[in-house]
Amino acid sequence: MSLQLDNVTLSVRGETYIDNACLTLEPGSFNVLLGHTLAGKTTLMRLMAGLDMPDRGTVHLGGRDMTHVPVRQRNVSMVYQQFINYPTLTVFDNIASPLKQAKVSHQEIARRVEETAAMLGIQHLLGRYPQELSGGQQQRTAMARALVKDADLVLFDEPLVNLDYKLREALRVEMRKLFESRHTIAVYATTEPAEALALGGTTTLLHQGRIVQSGPSDEVYRHPCNREAASLFGEPPINLMPMTIRGEECRIAGLHQPLPDVWRSLPAGEYQVGIRPHHWSLQPLDEPAFRLPVIVRVAEISGSETFLHLSHDRIDLVAHLIGIHEFGVDQALEMQVACRQLFVFEPDGDLVLSPSSPRPTLASV
Amino acid sequence: MAEIRLEQLAHSYHGTPSKPADYALRQMDHVWEQGGAYALLGPSGCGKSTLLNIISGLLVPSEGRVLYDGKSVNDLSPQQRNIAQVFQFPVVYDTMTVFDNLAFPLRNQGHSRDRIHQRVREVAEALEIEPLLSRKAHNLTADEKQKVSMGRGLVRDDVAAILFDEPLTVIDPQLKWRLRRKLKEIHQRFNVTMVYVTHDQLEASTFADKIAVMYQGQIVQFGTPRELFENPQHTFVGYFIGSPGMNLLDIVLGSAGIELEGRALPVEESIVAQLRRGGEGRLQLGIRPEFVQLVASEASTLHGQVDLVQDQGTFKIVDVRLDTPSASVIKARLGEEQLVPEGRVGLAFPAAWQRFYRDDRLVEIVP
Repeated sequence: MSLQLDNVTLSVRGETYIDNACLTLEPGSFNVLLGHTLAGKTTLMRLMAGLDMPDRGTVHLGGRDMTHVPVRQRNVSMVYQQFINYPTLTVFDNIASPLKQAKVSHQEIARRVEETAAMLGIQHLLGRYPQELSGGQQQRTAMARALVKDADLVLFDEPLVNLDYKLREALRVEMRKLFESRHTIAVYATTEPAEALALGGTTTLLHQGRIVQSGPSDEVYRHPCNREAASLFGEPPINLMPMTIRGEECRIAGLHQPLPDVWRSLPAGEYQVGIRPHHWSLQPLDEPAFRLPVIVRVAEISGSETFLHLSHDRIDLVAHLIGIHEFGVDQALEMQVACRQLFVFEPDGDLVLSPSSPRPTLASV
Repeated sequence: MAEIRLEQLAHSYHGTPSKPADYALRQMDHVWEQGGAYALLGPSGCGKSTLLNIISGLLVPSEGRVLYDGKSVNDLSPQQRNIAQVFQFPVVYDTMTVFDNLAFPLRNQGHSRDRIHQRVREVAEALEIEPLLSRKAHNLTADEKQKVSMGRGLVRDDVAAILFDEPLTVIDPQLKWRLRRKLKEIHQRFNVTMVYVTHDQLEASTFADKIAVMYQGQIVQFGTPRELFENPQHTFVGYFIGSPGMNLLDIVLGSAGIELEGRALPVEESIVAQLRRGGEGRLQLGIRPEFVQLVASEASTLHGQVDLVQDQGTFKIVDVRLDTPSASVIKARLGEEQLVPEGRVGLAFPAAWQRFYRDDRLVEIVP
């Protein structure tokens, strides 16, 4: 059963929460909603679930109009940021609760609870109470309850945000596997671009109540439809600089550059270029490159990577480099980026060019 | 500003602790030097919040002493210790303006009007919140409020240290960058001891010069981000630092050298000899995903199938399932533009990045 939103709009006290959302989610798909806090992710999920009704527009599930069907009459489950479990029930009874409500037989309940618990690695905890569990185990219990009843639609509202970073890493991989063999539509809200990529599936970018772009996650990441999409989907966010094309030459951030071949088809005029932080290089490149003198503001070094915060004139930039590179504050540098890796945007933000397919290098053989 | 020293410090929430597991903090000696930028990193339940609360004076340790510049502060309250704290959720006085929020600690100390104005301006400028000074705090966004919380810690130039307890939790990822960068600049400018508690390794390693990694109530390693990445002293550090963490493989010393599930691994004879001299214990080989090489299958004694590829945008994580009885998974981290081979691959571990652990502790290998 696919879920289809058409022109869904919701305003509360004159403020638009969701603005004309159109979206189709396929059965068995894993869909990430990516956006800042207050972008409308939770509201959109509540509209999908039937917890809120839209002012305008329709919600169809499997071709049936569900717009005004309340949540109780839909087969939907939801997992929240805060782990919600019944404190007086064991893990088994917590997971079993939706099946008991649906009057499933005892044998069938036992079978499905054990199967779901095993999938989430909590089968040894079925006799315990929620307060005897760690945060990660509690959230797995809440997830198991959402998954046990074979809902048409499962909604996850930033479910991993209160967990340790390492647990999150493990649970993300599990989530992918859990949904691979199901017909359920999964929707997963997050503020973290890396999480959207790690979860795979499709990504829908939300900003100020609007859907900016939707599609397979890697495609949205590599071919954002506009500047806003490129900025939303990237951490640290994409670097932006003004660019002008005049005849055979161009200027980026005021610096003359020979016109890269890939840009020859572009009409003269004003543009913006976008550079992903990890595409900057400190070393000279053996291909046409854009070179930019910069000043180091601060170098953040993690164990294996360096994040350089830079400025050129009054433009702030970030470079994400592999390896450890120590620089003093205010040190002058020249950074390079391959021309083929530059994004080009219209002045109004629409994408003109995204980086051409990468020059593949073989895995070290 | 102060050096903070922990002397034979331990803490138990039990009245009569009898075994190591009864301790939230196991006995430790540790020094935070004056003016350093430190992080206290670990999973939930590792004891890092307990340790922070003992340093600040919110909690009295059941054993040992906390010394500020050589003087015991065990009996002093947080106020008397002159500690500034920034918590997960910003603590600001909503009805006051930003200026009054920042001026509050100075007014309490009876500073002159001129001095207060000068200091508030200076801190507001450093935090880039000058345009907000006349605004009421309740209208601010979460990150602006958190800057005001930080500012209140910075206005006093006599604080012994500023302690941060997961200060970026409620901040959007896109803003975290700016705030973290600000914090780093502030540290460079104000020369104050800062201890930053987090479970996020990226936050810890980008903020701190040195990180104390905590696990089961102990500091298992205290080092620079680079040391933690390159030379984890404990398997937990290998696992916890790095994304994904270090691959850890059980090995045995067989007649032919090092064996992994019956397969001989090419390891230098001098290393094998040193491992043999070390005595009993569980032996593991550690190799970070960044250093695992995928090679032609005839070029290695260790093989597996590519099981899963996660495209993370800037890099790819490749799971290789070994064709050994345990079918364990080795993770390799490849660049965005590196091609992932399909099907059966060989695995190579460069000698420079092999690490060996006996009962979870790094075995020091002398070259």
